[in-house]
Amino acid sequence: MYVAVKGGECAIENAHAWLAEERRGDTNVAELSLAQIREQLSLAVNRVMAEGSLYDRDLAALAIKQARGDLIEAVFLIRAYRSTLPRFGYSRPVETGEMACDRRISATFKDAPGGQVLGPTFDYTHRLLDFKLAADGEVPEAPVSAPREEATPHITEFLQSEDIIEREPASDAVPGDLTREPMSFPADRAVRLQSLTRGDEGFILGMAYSTQRGYARNHAFVGELRIGKVPVEMDIPELGFAIEIGEVELTECETVNQFKGSKTVPPQFTRGYGLVFGQSERKSIAMALVDRALRWEELGEDNVGAAAQDEEFVLSHADNIQATGFLEHIKLPHYVDFQSELELVRKLRREAAQLAETLAAKEAAE
Amino acid sequence: MNTIFSAEDRKGWMSLLSSADEARLTKLWLDYGTDPAFEFLRAPEAGGVMVRGRMGCTGAPFNLGEMTVTRCALALADGTIGHGYVQGRSKAKAEIAAKIDALMQTGAAGTLNEAVLVPLAEARQAQKVARAAKAAATKVEFFTMVRGED
Repeated sequence: MYVAVKGGECAIENAHAWLAEERRGDTNVAELSLAQIREQLSLAVNRVMAEGSLYDRDLAALAIKQARGDLIEAVFLIRAYRSTLPRFGYSRPVETGEMACDRRISATFKDAPGGQVLGPTFDYTHRLLDFKLAADGEVPEAPVSAPREEATPHITEFLQSEDIIEREPASDAVPGDLTREPMSFPADRAVRLQSLTRGDEGFILGMAYSTQRGYARNHAFVGELRIGKVPVEMDIPELGFAIEIGEVELTECETVNQFKGSKTVPPQFTRGYGLVFGQSERKSIAMALVDRALRWEELGEDNVGAAAQDEEFVLSHADNIQATGFLEHIKLPHYVDFQSELELVRKLRREAAQLAETLAAKEAAE
Repeated sequence: MNTIFSAEDRKGWMSLLSSADEARLTKLWLDYGTDPAFEFLRAPEAGGVMVRGRMGCTGAPFNLGEMTVTRCALALADGTIGHGYVQGRSKAKAEIAAKIDALMQTGAAGTLNEAVLVPLAEARQAQKVARAAKAAATKVEFFTMVRGED
């Protein structure tokens, strides 16, 4: 039951004033600028853009500052802002084959055309704290080499030429959009992918890890992981043709998974797909694993009852804003709800006590 | 006086303007020095565009997430219409882009191209090459270790 109550305005105002002060912290320490957050906490910015489902580095930096670094709160701010934006339209599907790759690795082919390009990675660092960063240090310039001029081909192309992996036939089907129609089950793969790419990184990671530990195991190899910028094109009705409306940085992961065949198809590898805003490697790999696990039915696999196979379970709990909204609402006043429960327990206790008394009296009489 | 240009040309300059660095674009535009009289047909407004990807990079489309875009439309005194579609939320940038789009359809195209678009394209290319060069330096060169007892 909900009952309107008034009160607390002054306390709330004062709490928000104190919040602003605490957000700023010690004023002897220089204030963070949005540009500093955007440039130096770029992976936090990427995460807020991916889960906020809005690609805008400056807005994500502002949200992180306002949220005091609480990334889920920052995602919440971005989602709220996003809902106020008029929707100009939908882009053409981005061509990740044209990506200007900062990083591109394959765990399946050592000598893949285009090579193993590590990019600015944490891999192979020793994960030891670097105390040089505690002092203001000049950063040496990164070495350069002759740049690759042509686009880097996808690894799956090579497997496809041998027909040894399932094909992803192109189509112009209009995908469902969960920002327009609420999700319903069964969800098709397009809606699943949209939900996974904006889902909470920790949740998607946990689900993906569960498949590796044996709950709906699907033996994923990272066929390819690539990070870089792609142009975004949109058809402009008033012009009658498409133009680039900007560029986005994306992380794409294609997994090559264990094979299956049927009466009509010889054994072949299957695929999982991850595509996420920004440099978001962990999320992208996790997304591909969960995508693959959720495809059990269309691939004719058994439902072994694993959580990662249950699309209603995965998709209904992947969104951290829905989750935190429902979770955190229980800290708000529930005085009336609780009052009714309190009265109920008191009544039950009275009844139990009366019953015990009656029984005791009966026993004594006998 | 309008010049002849193809849809491909127009797509090229509008695409270049959409992701141009705002500070650089503004400086080049101010240095160009001509600010034509115009009327807004559509005042600058910020909005979102849903970006799509393809499952397995070649398959059916899905919705990836939105990006911010600002657009406007204007008409020069001679009636030439310019459209601005730029990434982000800057109304000033959208306005400059629309003015350039309009002027590129007029006799001013040649000088404007030299003054603004060519430097923007060069900057974009230089930035792309600089990143590609750093990426190339991180390409693994495998070598085989010779092993054996004799």
